[in-house]
Amino acid sequence: MAEFVRLDSSTSRHTMDKSITLPPDEIFRNLENAKRFAIDIGGSLTKLAYYSTVQHKVAKVRSFDKATKEAASDKLYEISVQEEVTARLHFIKFENAYIETCLDFIKDHLVNTETKVIKATGGGAHKFKELIERKLGLKVDKEDEMTCLIKGCNFVLRNIPHEAFVYAKHADSEFRFQTTQPDIFPYLLVNIGSGVSIVKVESEDKFERIGGSSIGGGTFWGLGALLTKTERFDELLQLASKGQHTSVDMLVKDIYGGSYSSLGLTGDLIASSFGKSATADKEFSKEDMAKSLLHMISNDIGQLACLYAKLHNLSRVYFGGFFIRGHPVTMHTITYSINFFTKGEVQALFLRHEGYLGAIGAFLKGAEEDNPNQYSWGENYAGSSGLMSVSPDMNPMQRARSGTFDMLEMDRLERQLVNLPLLQDPSSYIPDTMDLTEDALAREYWLYCFEEALDGVVKRAVASQPDMPEAAERAEKFRQKYRHKLETLRHQPFAYGSLTVRSLLDTREHCLNEFNFPDPYSKIKQNENDLALKYYQKAVKSLEELSWEERQFALVRGVLAGNVFDWGAKAVSDVLESDPEFGFEQAKRQLEERPWLVDSYDQWLERLKGPPHKCALFFVDNSGVDIILGVIPFVRELLSRGTEVVLASNSGPALNDVTNGELQILTERIAAMDPVIQAGLREDRLTLVQSGSSSPCLDLSRLDKVLAMVVRERQTDLVIIEGMGRAIHTNYYAMLSCESLKMAVIKNSWLADRLGGKLFSVVFKYEVPAGKPSQGSAAVTPS
Amino acid sequence: MAFNGHQREDESIDEDETPTKQPRSEKEMPGCVKTEPRNEASASAGRATSERRTSSSTARHRSDSVKKTRPPFPWFGMDIGGTLVKLVYFEPKDITAEEEQEEVENLKSIRRYLTSNTAYGKTGIRDVHLELQDLTLCGRTGNLHFIRFPTHDLPAFLQMGRNKHFSSLHTTLCATGGGAYKFESDFRTMADLQLHKLDELDCLIRGVLYIDSVMSSGPSECYYFENPTDPDHCVQKPYTLENPYPLLLVNIGSGVSILAVYSESNYKRVTGTSLGGGTFLGLCCLLTGCSTFEEALEMASQGESTRVDKLVRDIYGGDYERFGLPGWAVASSFGNMMSKEKRESVSKEDLARATLVTITNNIGSITRMCAVNENIERVVFVGNFLRVNTLSMKLLAYAMDYWSKGQLKALFLRHEGYFGAVGALLELLHPS
Repeated sequence: MAEFVRLDSSTSRHTMDKSITLPPDEIFRNLENAKRFAIDIGGSLTKLAYYSTVQHKVAKVRSFDKATKEAASDKLYEISVQEEVTARLHFIKFENAYIETCLDFIKDHLVNTETKVIKATGGGAHKFKELIERKLGLKVDKEDEMTCLIKGCNFVLRNIPHEAFVYAKHADSEFRFQTTQPDIFPYLLVNIGSGVSIVKVESEDKFERIGGSSIGGGTFWGLGALLTKTERFDELLQLASKGQHTSVDMLVKDIYGGSYSSLGLTGDLIASSFGKSATADKEFSKEDMAKSLLHMISNDIGQLACLYAKLHNLSRVYFGGFFIRGHPVTMHTITYSINFFTKGEVQALFLRHEGYLGAIGAFLKGAEEDNPNQYSWGENYAGSSGLMSVSPDMNPMQRARSGTFDMLEMDRLERQLVNLPLLQDPSSYIPDTMDLTEDALAREYWLYCFEEALDGVVKRAVASQPDMPEAAERAEKFRQKYRHKLETLRHQPFAYGSLTVRSLLDTREHCLNEFNFPDPYSKIKQNENDLALKYYQKAVKSLEELSWEERQFALVRGVLAGNVFDWGAKAVSDVLESDPEFGFEQAKRQLEERPWLVDSYDQWLERLKGPPHKCALFFVDNSGVDIILGVIPFVRELLSRGTEVVLASNSGPALNDVTNGELQILTERIAAMDPVIQAGLREDRLTLVQSGSSSPCLDLSRLDKVLAMVVRERQTDLVIIEGMGRAIHTNYYAMLSCESLKMAVIKNSWLADRLGGKLFSVVFKYEVPAGKPSQGSAAVTPS
Repeated sequence: MAFNGHQREDESIDEDETPTKQPRSEKEMPGCVKTEPRNEASASAGRATSERRTSSSTARHRSDSVKKTRPPFPWFGMDIGGTLVKLVYFEPKDITAEEEQEEVENLKSIRRYLTSNTAYGKTGIRDVHLELQDLTLCGRTGNLHFIRFPTHDLPAFLQMGRNKHFSSLHTTLCATGGGAYKFESDFRTMADLQLHKLDELDCLIRGVLYIDSVMSSGPSECYYFENPTDPDHCVQKPYTLENPYPLLLVNIGSGVSILAVYSESNYKRVTGTSLGGGTFLGLCCLLTGCSTFEEALEMASQGESTRVDKLVRDIYGGDYERFGLPGWAVASSFGNMMSKEKRESVSKEDLARATLVTITNNIGSITRMCAVNENIERVVFVGNFLRVNTLSMKLLAYAMDYWSKGQLKALFLRHEGYFGAVGALLELLHPS
């Protein structure tokens, strides 16, 4: 992965978000191939779902045929850009007022679909049935609302990391996102529509409505409209957020003069909602009454939810429904109520895509034959609007944007993703080291950093497609899109879950793909691999001349020096451009002298004196010098020790990271010159697997199922993670149930500073899980 | 309210010097001596952590000391709530001629004023139908009177106390409810009275158990509704609370407290809700312009809540069978009021009825969950929200029975809102 160290220029970066209502052709995307429509029509919003296929370009590498090789070129392998078709789910949310226009638009653009039926749910499905059937010529097939809701909820909880969050109004970051739990069941879903339904969900297909209440969103709205003569729900919430409930409610202190301390009831607690309004001939302000009503209803719902949670012994309680839907005001009062009634034992959880649950569920009902649950899906950051994109509460400036469309897009991932079986505690694993949602300083820096780097990325994207004249135009669109995302994140860092360096990088990859720049670094990687390969034998030979102990150190230094080689890391790219061989040596000299910033090399060396590991899983990083001159020699040594090695590389391209496809070719080439590697491959002691990811970072809870299987089969007892993206931005604190080695060079001075080091500081973190003394230290007594 | 009784500036006489009758047997003095073994048994059976214990009256206070410990007249118990002040007054009927002669004029005038009127000032009311006659308390026989007035008229009450030189009687005024704390200094400064403040839940439980124990003759204190789910055959029936524990005690005043009671001295507050009687009245006042509880109830009795509420059948056309919800169940209280046309078509009576139904059903639903969580089958509803409010009582009876499939029984007590005040009086006569 690559980083940026450019801190000089200071371009203007406060361009205001000027987005207005989007033209429909940017909303109902990929309609041509759309099928399996589903619609969820609520009281005021319509959610439309469809499945479509997206054609986009992917970069593939392919070995030259032996016969043509000499003639064709001196390149190592061939890069071709191919069209690939992937599946994508589209969800669009808009106001019911637009429904007719939208249906017309869909009708006009729906070309080759064999779809006959549209699944429908929600209270309004009934009302618009005739319109939909007439406009689209599809038969409306109604699905049970609650079933859809639960199906949708299960889907997002399973597939979208950081889907659930805790809302804390007064904290540094209002949204605290939850890590995905390996097992999402059981949970309680409290759906606050016009009434309240409390549903206990035990498994994919098993759920039960265990209770409910008639005091819900409809009570707030209906009673609120009567009391304040205010028509709209949103306006009522606005009123409530400005009011003072204490003038309407009778508080404990109004009765006691203070607190009722023997019961632990503080004076500010509400003893009787609207208790003061029984006093005749007094006028109460609309705001105050609305606020009092809001508290009354939120507290009541919170109390019931707690009673049910307690009765069924459930600690995960999700809240949804139009009463909640992205309204900080109600999320706050519900959270407050839950905290009060459970004394903090139960947390109120909310969902980023709560508004889409019904539509997702209805869609899934209709797509059962495609068996969508057998795949893993990923939120596409480029095509999704993010949390509260249209919330007037969050963004008063956008209040007029009532016509705004909110979108969610999910890509079907080629691989099914699972946890790394070697995580010590999957339920508490958090991949990211720094949460930029909470760390304002870090957020500021990284947003700035990514914006600064944007020019370079655009330039490289254009350069990667020299024979395509419109590349410049596309690259410009990419720039706008990504800059817009950065701008959104600056104001709403919570838009896509916890903001992290990883999410910023992933968003950039998604945006690049969106504009058909599947692999801007392909040629650079090719070139670099080519050059590094020429130096491979020489490097191995010089290592073999060293004594055992010298060699171990040289191997580690090699991996670290190789890791210094990083395109995009401005500090090193200049050296790279000129002479890689010289660069490699120079990189070694650039490395920090021991003791390193984090240095457990001595323990590692001791461990190596002991018996070999059974199997090492190595998450690799960059192409070129890094993989060829750093990693492979290291792997070679492990193999020689009798340790099996599994090399895990990205499934898809990300920056200059080596992909699985490239690594296949590279190892073949190396095997041809190196009998140790050759034997490893032949005897199946060296295996290449895909990580399942296309990110410069690494989420150990979302890895290719095959990788997990191989890891288990081979009884992996050592995990090596290399590079800043995978070992520092992510997984720095990851706890594994076996030995682990994290190696990285810090190529960003801000981060180095943060970690108490300096540019090119070294992190060498060898860890043995507690309670498991390493075999080495048991076998070898220190001299 | 204003107490306009006589005023005289008599010298006070220490009541302890007043000759009294011989103390009676223990059996006749349920208020003074409580030694039922079941109390101790269940108290020692003890409940865990969160419970609150009250030290019950025990055998420490024995009959031989009755005279000595008996406080001077007048005997009052007071409960100052968020909306109403509840006052119980014991009128001794066994006053000897000798006593009569020595009784200070002050005291006499208070007695005459209270017992010869049924209304005091504009807002004070004596609930004559609740009066308990020929009651023996601490060796004295007399009548227990039940009086109430709005808390906002407390200053007038204090003024009267001052005018009547109540403080000269050297009586202890036992008071409970939040107002005992809030107005303590007002009692001191305005009427020169020192309040003996008592915990309202302790008093409540003590009062309930006492009244239930003395009401052996006359109409039963405790009752329930037979056939609560059948409007045509729903009738009020007496109930004997002989072995009351464990019970869930739901006190619906301005707000609501829910207590799990395991013995007189062993109980805990399970939870409470701010949606109570004060909410009903407060919302009714705002929605209909009414100004009293009676007015609000009267309107409610004439209204139709189904025009205001959205029912399950309004959404699903009938029952929501998937979840066993009957079509008549309320899906969204005030849900129809989201629509402008419907808002314009409902009457004030409809709104009052809907408010009553909403508040009552919500209390029912929270109560039911508490009963299940605490594993208690008997629920006693008390508090002034239920006063002359058969509508709510029947709704509660219905809700308990229907949603628990007959598992839960809703019980009611005739003296609805006065138990706290009774408990305070008992504390005066017999400090725990």
